[in-house]
Amino acid sequence: MPIITVDNLSKKFKSLTAVDGISFSVNEGEVFGFLGPNGAGKTTTISILCTLLSPTGGAAAIAGFDCAKSPDDVRRSIGLIFQDTTLDAGLTAYENLKFHAYLYNLDHTLTEKRIDEMLTVVELQGRKHDLIKNFSGGMKRRLEIARGLLHYPRVLFLDEPTLGLDPQTRNTIWDFINRLRKQEKITVFMTTHYMEEAENCDRIAIIDAGKIIAIDTPARLKEMVHGDVIHLVTADNPRAAGEIAERFSITAREENGGLVLEAEKGDEFIPRLLHALTVRTLSVSLKKPTLNDVFLKLTGRTIRDDVLVDDKETTREFVRSHRRAQR
Amino acid sequence: MIQWRPVYVICLREFKKFFREKSRLLGTLARPVLWLFVVGNGMGSLIKPQAGFSYLQFIFPGMIGMTILFSSIFSSISIVWDREFGFMKEMLVAPISRMSIVIGKAISGTLISVAQAVIILVLIPFLGIHITLLQFFEVVAVALLVSFCITSLGILIAVRLTSFDGFNIIMNFLVMPMLFLSGAMYPVTAMPPALRHLTLINPLTYGIDAFKHVLLRNGTPPLGPEFPIAVDLLVVAAISIVMLTLAALSFRRKE
Repeated sequence: MPIITVDNLSKKFKSLTAVDGISFSVNEGEVFGFLGPNGAGKTTTISILCTLLSPTGGAAAIAGFDCAKSPDDVRRSIGLIFQDTTLDAGLTAYENLKFHAYLYNLDHTLTEKRIDEMLTVVELQGRKHDLIKNFSGGMKRRLEIARGLLHYPRVLFLDEPTLGLDPQTRNTIWDFINRLRKQEKITVFMTTHYMEEAENCDRIAIIDAGKIIAIDTPARLKEMVHGDVIHLVTADNPRAAGEIAERFSITAREENGGLVLEAEKGDEFIPRLLHALTVRTLSVSLKKPTLNDVFLKLTGRTIRDDVLVDDKETTREFVRSHRRAQR
Repeated sequence: MIQWRPVYVICLREFKKFFREKSRLLGTLARPVLWLFVVGNGMGSLIKPQAGFSYLQFIFPGMIGMTILFSSIFSSISIVWDREFGFMKEMLVAPISRMSIVIGKAISGTLISVAQAVIILVLIPFLGIHITLLQFFEVVAVALLVSFCITSLGILIAVRLTSFDGFNIIMNFLVMPMLFLSGAMYPVTAMPPALRHLTLINPLTYGIDAFKHVLLRNGTPPLGPEFPIAVDLLVVAAISIVMLTLAALSFRRKE
């Protein structure tokens, strides 16, 4: 039974088409990931689902409520965690949660118990009456997750939930999300451009330039890459690529001063490969396919490339980090 | 259309933050003291008392008006802060109407200004003015009306302000002129015609004149009240309603 349905949804900003006729559905209880480079349309889609933007075409519904027609019902059914923190730094953890409870008209008799319950899950009970300005980035994120779930939403939206956090904190955040998921029986919809993070999802939609280019489980997506990925650096890459094509009928792409090729049973293939090459090999490595390889295969680009290329995005990142520094 | 629990909690948040920022409270108190005793005494030595009121007493209603002006504008600018620091999103995605947010900001801004105006009244004994309990309540009532008016104006500006950069412009080209062209420091009737016209479109002029009615009882122009009290109150009330409506409309359209 799908809890989110999106049908031919599109959003145009003047000349830019941010979301270009996408359709998908998310089942209840699923962790659904939106993976794609910055500027692919992830945040725009989330904003439409959260009723912050109205679509220019198509429709979206959450828990049976149309996002454009009954925004208040949709809002009551969802919890949100944005890219940037939306806590009030001048209030305590408790006060931030209490504010939320009032905005969502949570039952009076329930509020205190629920606040304590959520603070305990995210292990911030001891910091209940501390001001947010003394919290670390990871603690703020945890509190936001607690707040997002306070009003018993059916879907939790996470927009780049671990952006700007160190890997260790990122893992902790994921522990909490997984634990809460079991406890609260909730559907999670998240966007990310971290590959490792996307691996946590039950299903992933890969989005690029406003369109969904693939949608499946991480395992099945990775099967789209045939076999293992071999990374090879030789003294003469173009010549090596020619030889590989001739000998094994495999296309090798040039990337980062080396060659990338896919081969089944890569560990057995490497000795044959090295034997066949007449060029001197400088290094060779083998890895199992990742979602990044899937993205690369589908678009010809890696997800990280875009972060550097897209000026508008770099500006946004800059503004974001600048703001954080001011805080 | 307006949900009162969200309005209540939005107000509660503003009060908590106001009382936590000791510097803001101190600034509010320091400014009128400085004006009264430095400017008031300095200018007072040039201007003779008229109709029983000294220059120092004359500018006191203006200082209440100034306190409300700064406090109300500062409170409503919190909308820009909230937007800049992300907290506005928390309110925007909640199942509450935009009107509830605007009303919450308007009520909290108003009450904080009134509180500060009342605190200023402790200076009264130093000015040689005597007020009765009834006059005190009249001051509070006028302060409520004036604060509401200026807060609504501030919200209208804050909604349209896209960044903090605009804040200085607002301070220099709106707040300071509003203060100087309000009859706070010099009688409206004594101004050159060009300036007087500007004064007459300033809601603060009528607010301060209403304070003069209450505090400088039996005073006559130039140092006493210059307009009928009914005109003062009606103008301020009318401008309040227009400002708040415009603020609510543009907030709904923009956010």
